[in-house]
Amino acid sequence: MHDVALEFVDLTLGYESHPAVHHLQASIPRGALVAIVGPNGAGKSTLLKGVAGILAPLAGEIRLQGCARKEIAYLPQIVDMDRSFPISVFDLVSVGLWRELGTLGGLNRQQRQRVSEALAAVGLASFGRRSIGSLSGGQLQRALFARVRLRDAPVILLDEPLTSVDVETAHTLLGVIRQWHAEQRTVLAVLHDIDQVHQHFPHTLLLSRELVAFGPTRESLQPSNLLRARQLTEAFDEHAHACQRHASEAA
Amino acid sequence: MIGDFFFAPFSEFSFMRRALVGCLALSLGATPVGVFLMLRRMSLTGDAMAHAILPGAAIGFLFAGLSLQAMTLGGVVAGMAVALAAGFVSRSTVLREDASLAAFYLISLALGVLIVSTRGSNIDLMHLLFGTVLALNNDAIVLIAGIASLSLLVLATLYRPLVLECLEPAFLRSVSSLSPLTHHAFLTLVVINLVGGFHALGTLMSIGVMILPAAAARFWARDISTLIGIAVGLALLGSYAGLLLSFHADLPTGSCIVLSIGALYVVSLLIGREGVLTNWYRSTRHLEA
Repeated sequence: MHDVALEFVDLTLGYESHPAVHHLQASIPRGALVAIVGPNGAGKSTLLKGVAGILAPLAGEIRLQGCARKEIAYLPQIVDMDRSFPISVFDLVSVGLWRELGTLGGLNRQQRQRVSEALAAVGLASFGRRSIGSLSGGQLQRALFARVRLRDAPVILLDEPLTSVDVETAHTLLGVIRQWHAEQRTVLAVLHDIDQVHQHFPHTLLLSRELVAFGPTRESLQPSNLLRARQLTEAFDEHAHACQRHASEAA
Repeated sequence: MIGDFFFAPFSEFSFMRRALVGCLALSLGATPVGVFLMLRRMSLTGDAMAHAILPGAAIGFLFAGLSLQAMTLGGVVAGMAVALAAGFVSRSTVLREDASLAAFYLISLALGVLIVSTRGSNIDLMHLLFGTVLALNNDAIVLIAGIASLSLLVLATLYRPLVLECLEPAFLRSVSSLSPLTHHAFLTLVVINLVGGFHALGTLMSIGVMILPAAAARFWARDISTLIGIAVGLALLGSYAGLLLSFHADLPTGSCIVLSIGALYVVSLLIGREGVLTNWYRSTRHLEA
């Protein structure tokens, strides 16, 4: 039996009491690199929000083993950031050291060095002094990866981290993810590109509101499972149609 | 000769020295708060809160006349009440915070004018609306300087969470539980600085020394620490120029100060590093890489 980092116990998450993740039961081993795959509306982002503690479960629970909530690094799909704010890329990335710095601490020489290294690791070595408003979407995503890196988090959650970046940026960021895996961090990433998942992610959790499969990627993503995932969302769609018909009859 | 023009008003008249000290303190305390107010896109919120202070100060006036303590206390209570009430309404109803603030401050302003005019004279009303920077007594100066010192202390302590609260509130909440404390401490700073500014510049213009220098500095600075430094510098310069202008041309002091800072804003808007003319000039050429 593996050492477990995260345990979903009969977990139901949702909005306005409509479940988006339904009775999920799974254990994520410590140090696993897990792709979360599923059709649109399958509850992938919702699951990450639940783990990050932004969304409280409707039922069941999420058990964190040996890791506090505040230690989890969560990179949302759309970062709600004021990009006109006058701050340099270096300063943006350096707040990744929050746990060491706290509210008052300044950066010492060694910490400045680590921020520079984190920037270099995502290919932004010469961008430190630029203001964040001058970055492209892909460059900002690189900077946010650098910040996650500095947080030294045991559990890392990435919501569609590679969706709107070009091939080269994706290559760099996948390298960073592989390094996190090598450092025994537990990484959960929502992804859409099945080829990327096969190439880089040893484990896959196939979700379609309910758990379809969780295990080694090749087994999770076998055709019968993918078909079942599609059918589950189609069933979900039919249900939605029924509700609409009901509404139009009433009107 | 030139020295006479620039320094004699302050060396000869103690009321000018007091006014200068009051304005310096305001520039050092209220302006950095104004920078954060602007960066949180709350410039108009600040304006609304400044108006909301009037009925509180008026009720203080009603009970104790032109008493510094009573009007300060009334102003702080009214300002905090409106800030918290507007936040509560926007969280619990469909009304956005700007609309609920507008509603509260219009009611407050009307109420304030009503209270003062039933009991006081038009001169008292003018005093509350436009301040008395040339008649600051020791107590008022100590109050303004105290508020400025407290503001700088709190800003220094909460600087990092405050920056994050403006830049990316979700990240602050994910790494720290200071978000609500930061928000409320900041609102309190806004209210006490507005009350401090109100003694000098009145409820209508106390927001001027907060927002105008911040907005002007935004055309020069690309990072927040420079932004605060430049904003304070512009506020100091504008206050000094306003006092001189008011003295030599015999014009209302509060208006002269706000207009002087306003002139610095217009100049920055045109020729600042991110200003209109500079951007136009820059758009005609670019670097090789």
